Amino acid sequence: MPKLKNADDYLAIALITPSILAVGVFVYGFIAWTLRVSVSRWTGLLPDFSLVGLRNYWELYFDPRFQIDARNLAIFTFVFVGGALLLGFVMAVLVDQNLPGENFFRSLFLFPMAISYIVTGVVWRWLMNPAEGTRISGLNQIFESMGLNFLISRWHTAPVWGIAAIALAAIWQMSGFTMALFLGGLRSISDDVREAARVDGASEWQLYRYIIIPLLNPVTLSVVIILGHISLKVFDLIVSLAGKQLALDVPAIYMWQATFDGYFFGRGAAISILMLLIISLLIIPYIYFNLKHEADL
Amino acid sequence: MSSQHKLWSLVVIAGLFFSACSMPARFKPKNTATTPDGNPSLNGTPGKKHTKIEVFSWWVGGGEAAGLNAMIKVFKAEYPDIDFENAAVAGGAGTNARAVLASRLQAGDPPDSWQGHAGQELIGTYVKANQLESLNFLYAQEKWLDVMPKALIPLISKDGQIYSVPVNIHRANVLWYNPKILAANHLTVPTTLDEFLADLEVLKSTNTIPLALGEQWTAMHLFETVLLATLGPETYSGLWTGKADWSSPEVRKALENYQRVLQYTNSDSSTLSWQDAAQLVVDGDAAFYIMGDWTEAYYKELGKKPHADYGWAAVPGTKGVFQFLSDSFVLPVGAPNREGAIDWLKLAGSKEGQDAFNPVKGSIPVRSDTNRSLYDEYLQSAMDDWAKDILVGSLYHGVVANDSWKTEINTDLGIFLGDRDIDRFQAALVAACKSVGTCS
Repeated sequence: MPKLKNADDYLAIALITPSILAVGVFVYGFIAWTLRVSVSRWTGLLPDFSLVGLRNYWELYFDPRFQIDARNLAIFTFVFVGGALLLGFVMAVLVDQNLPGENFFRSLFLFPMAISYIVTGVVWRWLMNPAEGTRISGLNQIFESMGLNFLISRWHTAPVWGIAAIALAAIWQMSGFTMALFLGGLRSISDDVREAARVDGASEWQLYRYIIIPLLNPVTLSVVIILGHISLKVFDLIVSLAGKQLALDVPAIYMWQATFDGYFFGRGAAISILMLLIISLLIIPYIYFNLKHEADL
Repeated sequence: MSSQHKLWSLVVIAGLFFSACSMPARFKPKNTATTPDGNPSLNGTPGKKHTKIEVFSWWVGGGEAAGLNAMIKVFKAEYPDIDFENAAVAGGAGTNARAVLASRLQAGDPPDSWQGHAGQELIGTYVKANQLESLNFLYAQEKWLDVMPKALIPLISKDGQIYSVPVNIHRANVLWYNPKILAANHLTVPTTLDEFLADLEVLKSTNTIPLALGEQWTAMHLFETVLLATLGPETYSGLWTGKADWSSPEVRKALENYQRVLQYTNSDSSTLSWQDAAQLVVDGDAAFYIMGDWTEAYYKELGKKPHADYGWAAVPGTKGVFQFLSDSFVLPVGAPNREGAIDWLKLAGSKEGQDAFNPVKGSIPVRSDTNRSLYDEYLQSAMDDWAKDILVGSLYHGVVANDSWKTEINTDLGIFLGDRDIDRFQAALVAACKSVGTCS
């Protein structure tokens, strides 16, 4: 530990102590508490801390509901992260062409991010209304009036892939954010690099494929991490768009229902810990990579 | 990293600031005239003791809130020395409120009384955790046993102790129908499940939805009525006490019936609330709807007329059986103002309280001696049935199973709605009964 030199250092320590304490108690303390509950028998209002080992986890492994959750989460994450990445990149490249109106489009694409998931969910609930016949509405009604009947969809009520419709709303919301990150990355690539490539005879396609996209790799990694952890925690978007129904269940919703509707505190805690572990798989290598990278500089 | 920590400390400080601002009203002195230091029990005006009670519920809108307010008005007139604090939490048939209540109870901070569905929802959760006082003394003192149905008492008691005061009764097994659609298709109101299925089959070939259905909990509501219709009241009730067998062929028959009925429902059910689904019937989009009798209050709110726009009957196969649910109030162990809470419970069980609440809420009183003329035509018919029918409890609405069991069944049913696998569903129901300890 470096020696404290002056009053400035003491002030710095005094200033960060409350946050260290708060984070220590409210984040790490409660993670430890949740871990403790997750290996207990606790069901019902009365706490019961008798140890049952990994039984709660073991039961989740065989729980058909948790299997549905895992499948839904995988589909949602894949469609959402992939879609937002692709759309965000395309929008960033388009905005990066130094055309008039750039500011307008940049703001336009970024605005959905200012909306909460709850609002997005309610709006997309109206848009993706799967009603048929005379009650047809939302996007399906637009498709019908345009004669595009083959596009009419059951949206999130479709079996198995319904969760992908929810991911559409999430893509709409987050692709502007992805665009902003990519745009920053694109702007940081020096024009010299582009010109050098063009002088060497690279086509525009080759320029992006072999020069720009590889240079954007750190941005892409950040985007995947940020969207990935949002995706793994998704709860509010699904609840506001489709309610709590099993076909669109994810671990966060199961955690809520197990804990607060059914009073299965041990099981709910186990789901929380599993969610934390899955997210850690994404976050820890990222933090490690970043720290190492900073140390190298 | 240090900038990140600055950010963290800002977040924490902001968080503390906002939580202080949004501190629940119960921590603040409410009435400065009588409680200047926020401690009402020490600050009564001379001669009369001025206290307050906090009553917790999920009645925040519509007829429920109006009914509660009507009852509060009567309470204030009768007990002017008690300030009434209405601590209602919004959201989803009480699921949010129950989560808030659970955390308050775990923190040792119970309200003076709270609303809960009479039956296992209270018994299996709160009585099991020793949070409620027995109310047998109050029932004896107020002579409620003379005016409440004998068959009701065991359903809201445990080991001979009654733990709540029911203020209203709703009926779960009601079939709502559109009389015009039935007439146009030359159908009569079905009285047996077979007739019902035949009617649904006829309607399937028309462009109306035979049976309206909403989000997942309404599917569970439909499930419990089909279970009752197939098994009859005795076996149905036995399922919840361990006397009947979940793995029996009769239960399988019920699941088959449920699967058949589901075939006639709208494909967008999971996107509709119970109100949306109810509206399909009066709008002429659907012929039938199975839902509790709070539907009638909703139809009246929409300006619809009985017999012309909607009709009602017992769910086919359940005539003579009243599948009920009841909102009730309790006395928690360690209520901050026990006497005030008892005064509130006395009112909830009284004729005046029930007649103030129920006509507004659109439910019937538990008591048999109330003023019949205050109630509309449907409610009067429900009061007649309540007096003479066989009583069984509702599953989704908390009478027969506690929250843990109900949540497990809800999961199993949700999976069934996806895969329609009867064998797996029945096995899961058997396992759920075992996991809560009712079945061995």
